[in-house]
Amino acid sequence: MNIVVCVKQVPEPTGTNRIDPKSLRILREGVDSVLDPADEFSIEAALQIQEANPGTNVVVVSMGPDRALEAIRRGLAMGANKGVLVSDANLAGSDALTTAKVLAAAIKRENPDLVLCATESSDAYTGMVPGGIAHHLGLPLLSYAKKLTLAGGKVQIERQTEAGFQRVEAQLPAVVTVTGSINTPRYPALKGIMQAKKKPVDQLTAADLGFSPEQVGEKGAKEKVLGWAPAEQRKAGTVIKDDGTAATQIADFLAQLKVI
Amino acid sequence: MDFQLPEELIDLKKSIREFVDKELIPVSQQVEDEDKIPDNVLKQMKELGYFGLPFPEEYGGMGVGYMGYCVALEELGRANAAYSNILGAHTSIAGGTIALGGNAQQKEKYLRPMAEGKMLGAFALTEPGSGSDAASIRTTAFKKGDRYIINGQKIWITNGPYADVITVYASTDKTLGPRGISAFIVEKGTPGLEYGKVDHKMGLHGSHTCPLFFEDMEVAEENRLGPEGTGFYTAMKALDGGRVSLAAGAVGGAQAMLEASVKHAQERQQFGKPIGENQAIQWMLADMEVEIHATRLMVYHAAWKLDQGQRASHEAAMVKVYASEMAGRVADKAVQIHGGMAYMHDSPIERGYRDVRILRIYEGTSEVQRMIIAGDLLKNSSKN
Repeated sequence: MNIVVCVKQVPEPTGTNRIDPKSLRILREGVDSVLDPADEFSIEAALQIQEANPGTNVVVVSMGPDRALEAIRRGLAMGANKGVLVSDANLAGSDALTTAKVLAAAIKRENPDLVLCATESSDAYTGMVPGGIAHHLGLPLLSYAKKLTLAGGKVQIERQTEAGFQRVEAQLPAVVTVTGSINTPRYPALKGIMQAKKKPVDQLTAADLGFSPEQVGEKGAKEKVLGWAPAEQRKAGTVIKDDGTAATQIADFLAQLKVI
Repeated sequence: MDFQLPEELIDLKKSIREFVDKELIPVSQQVEDEDKIPDNVLKQMKELGYFGLPFPEEYGGMGVGYMGYCVALEELGRANAAYSNILGAHTSIAGGTIALGGNAQQKEKYLRPMAEGKMLGAFALTEPGSGSDAASIRTTAFKKGDRYIINGQKIWITNGPYADVITVYASTDKTLGPRGISAFIVEKGTPGLEYGKVDHKMGLHGSHTCPLFFEDMEVAEENRLGPEGTGFYTAMKALDGGRVSLAAGAVGGAQAMLEASVKHAQERQQFGKPIGENQAIQWMLADMEVEIHATRLMVYHAAWKLDQGQRASHEAAMVKVYASEMAGRVADKAVQIHGGMAYMHDSPIERGYRDVRILRIYEGTSEVQRMIIAGDLLKNSSKN
């Protein structure tokens, strides 16, 4: 069985993203970058399937600059067998749909039975790439999995909803996005870290996947970012000074919110 | 000459730092207060491979050499000293003597499970009457058929209360002095092996020592490490690695105290400005940084020598004495910078101040290290 896990290197998520005012892209230079923590859940899900089904091949695929290799290596250290990095200057500025198209082409080469993605990346948060990948591969998409089981050539998930969950299934091959509640990702074993560099990583360009420079990157983008704005600051709370009635005022406030 | 760590070791360092920050530092006060590392933390460390760092991969180890081992202990040293202490006793000296003096069967039977974290090791050399003068041990081993009968007593044995494998040093021929000392692998549960009360220590909480008593304890001949009379030399060689790795832990502990001191100097306001704007504080911070950096380079150099298969007794003695005394000076300055809050029991600086004091004593006191260093100097200069 072949499982492909899509991963992305993102700026250290505990920091604040800075935007390049010219290109309107997230600044990635001079910032500490890590494997998107959201991707660790999909890698863990793949490794758990691998442990239960010996012989399963887990491939981590990423599109990004050369240094995204570090993110792939983290996946290899956790236990994935192989990495694929699509890296090409022509790909810079690709929109979500182009990214999905390129990733789908890279994934197809691996002949996957299951493709796992995070629901969205922790930097740009478009959440469109997994759907795009499923579209280009012509595969069903099961989203927001908080539980995933494989049986009889099918994948069944518990799909997280606001109210609870739905149980849905699809015939393999399929694309599944997983949420952060699906598992607890492992730390890479020390041996895994030492072996990660020895594991194979295919490095591909857009041309290797059959795309011309016009089809990808900024030129191929159908979507254009018009601007960025900082998130609205949370309004300051009300400060109640105790003049002897503070407890009543707080109780009234809470009662008004219907929390007491 | 290349001062850059290999890429794998940089990844290893990063990953261990992440583990220390996320898993060990959050429970550091709990470890201190309860004098116990939570079982699940130790279990996780065993599974991740922390117990077999320098051992060869063919025996289940990580094969990262002394350099990788020291990088790991430095990072672990940023949390409680208990971690590098437990690992040091298990790896450097208990596992180290089996790796150095054991035969293939012994390595397969003991070193592999130790490296895989399935067995914990202890090293039993020190006795009530025999500390720095290690060759004066009174524990005896008499051969009887294909077994040895061991009698005697050991004290302050790290990991002693729960070790699965103990390397025990005993005299097989008292007339030969150090050349009459042999090493034995003793398993937990061996009849005649008795345990004393767990010691109450000034620091190193979470790591435990106890006395061990041997009363007509029978050990099979196949569990003797190397030929009779080689035990003392194997122990001394293992202690070279032990001293270097101990210094690595000291660097980590000192680094943590420096980082806390820098943060405190920036945040603590007195007379309307951060105390770090005072030259008196700046000089302390600068001195801490200089000494830590110097020690780290000494650690890397000694570890590199060991990885080249060279004897490093001289370098090990130098880095051991320097690191342990450096850590004491750094801890003292950290207390001074933090002021009264560092005198409180729930301060990591207070813990660090107590924890570093043992460094100048165990695995060879500062005085013994200076004896080794000066002895080498005088011996070499008399040859010239």
